[in-house]
Amino acid sequence: MAEVQIMTGNQAAALGAKLSHVQVVAAYPITPQTSVTEILSQFIEGGELKAEYIRVESEHTALTVCISASTVGARVFTSTSSQGLLYMHEQLHWAAGSRLPIVMCCVNRGVGAPWTIFNDQQDSISQRDTGWIQIYCRDNQEIIDSIIQGYRIAEAMYIPVMICYDGFVMSHTMMPVEIPDAELVSNFLPPYKPHTILSPETPMNINPVLFPWRRANAEGVLCDGYMEMRYKLQKALGESRDVIVAAGQAFAGAFGRDHGGMVWHYKTDDAEVILTGMGSVATEATTAADMLREEGINAGVVGIRVFRPFPKEEVREAFRKTKAVVIFEKGISYGYEGALCSELKAAFYGTDIRLPVHNYVVGLGGRDVKARELAEAVRSSRDAIASGDTEPAPKWLNCFTE
Amino acid sequence: MKKKDASISAMATPAVGEAGKTGDWRDMRPVHDPAKCIPCIKKKAACFLCWLYCPEGVIKATIPIEINLEYCKGCGICAEECPGKAITMVNEGEKHG
Repeated sequence: MAEVQIMTGNQAAALGAKLSHVQVVAAYPITPQTSVTEILSQFIEGGELKAEYIRVESEHTALTVCISASTVGARVFTSTSSQGLLYMHEQLHWAAGSRLPIVMCCVNRGVGAPWTIFNDQQDSISQRDTGWIQIYCRDNQEIIDSIIQGYRIAEAMYIPVMICYDGFVMSHTMMPVEIPDAELVSNFLPPYKPHTILSPETPMNINPVLFPWRRANAEGVLCDGYMEMRYKLQKALGESRDVIVAAGQAFAGAFGRDHGGMVWHYKTDDAEVILTGMGSVATEATTAADMLREEGINAGVVGIRVFRPFPKEEVREAFRKTKAVVIFEKGISYGYEGALCSELKAAFYGTDIRLPVHNYVVGLGGRDVKARELAEAVRSSRDAIASGDTEPAPKWLNCFTE
Repeated sequence: MKKKDASISAMATPAVGEAGKTGDWRDMRPVHDPAKCIPCIKKKAACFLCWLYCPEGVIKATIPIEINLEYCKGCGICAEECPGKAITMVNEGEKHG
C-alpha cells in the first residue's frame, strides 16, 4: 500500500522530481513557486536526492543550465512562475529547438504590469508557441504523477514538458497525495538516453547557424536547413499525442491512477451543456455542474489536460453530442478572446459541430471564482443562447467592467 | 545519392568550411602590395598586424603574407590596420593595376 501524505502542490512537485531521480536542478525562487526550490535544495543538501543543485542569478540562467546539463546527458528539473517564466522565454524556444527532454513546473501566476503575485494562467498561456508540451493539473496528486509521466513523455519524444498548476490554489493548498512507490517509478522511468552524446572525444558544434536551404557539411553529408529542423519539431509535437496517452495508460496500469490522457470528462454522457477549462477552474466547474444538475440542468465538464499538443480529435469527440459549451479561462489573448476558446472553435471547424460557445475570463490576478459563480454564469449563458446570442464577446466574470 | 544527416537537433563537427565558403559573402577583396609591407621590406618577421587583427584568421603571417580568399569575408579590417597602407580594398570584379 502506497503511503498517503497531506501536502501542498509545491511539496508534491518537489517529491515528483525526487522520485524521477533528477540529476541536475537549477532554479531561481519566485512566488508562488519558491518552496519547490527550497524543498529540492533540502533533499539534495540532506543527501536524500543525489543531484547537483546549481544556484543561478536568474530564471534565464536556470533554464540555460538545464539546457546544458540535459545536452550532456543529465535528467534535469526546474520550476518557475510568472515573470520568471517570461524571463526564460528565449531559452524555452532554445530548449525545444534543441529537442531536450527537460521537465519544468510552471506554478501559474498572473503577469505584470501591474504587479500581482496571485494566480491566473497568463504566464504559461503566453508561452504556447515555444514548442513545449503543456500539461495542466487539476489537483496535487496529478502534479506528482504528471511530473513522473512528464519525463517518460519528454524522453520518448525529446520534447520539453511544462507541468502547469495554479499558484496558491494548488501550490499552497494541502491535499492528500498518494506517494508513488520509488521502485515502481524506477521501473516506469528508464534512465535518460540523450539523443546526442557530447564528449571531448567527439567535439560537436551544437545548434550552429543554419541557412535557409539544406546544405552539405564539410564531410559532404547533406544537412537540414532551419525549416526542416523546425518541421521535425512540429511533427514530433503531433506524434507526442499518442505518447502522452500511452504514458497515462501505462501509469494507470502501474499505479492505479488515470488522470486522462489529453482531456478528462465529468458527467458528460448526457450533458446538454459542457463547462470547460484548464487546471483548478475545471475542478471547480465539476462542483458547479453538480449544482446545475440539482436544478435539473444536465451539465458536465471536460477538462483540457494537455494544451499543447492541442487535443483536436478529443475535443471534437467530447463536444459532438452536447448543445452548448461554456469556457472558463484564467487568461486572455488580448485583442481577441481566451486562447482556449479560439482553439476549441478552430477544432470544430470543418466538422458538423455547430455549438454556441460562451467564453468567460475569470480569476485574473487571483480574483476568487466560486463554483456557484460558475453555475450562475452557465445559467445566464443558457438564457442568452435561448434568446439567440450564440457567440458573444468574452465576458469578464466578477469584474466591474462599467 | 548523398548521405543525409538524421539528427533531430542541429549540430556539426567543427571543420574548415563548416559554414560554407564564406568568401562568397565578399563585396570587396583585399589586395596586398609587398612594396609597402613592413615584413616584406625588412625581410623578417615584423608587424603582422593584419594577421593579428583579422577576425576570420584567414591571413598567414608569412613573407609575403597570404590571404585565403575562399574564407575572407572582405571586412577590410586588415587594410584599416596596416601601418604601411600595403593592403587596399578593391571592388570584386574590378581589375587592379
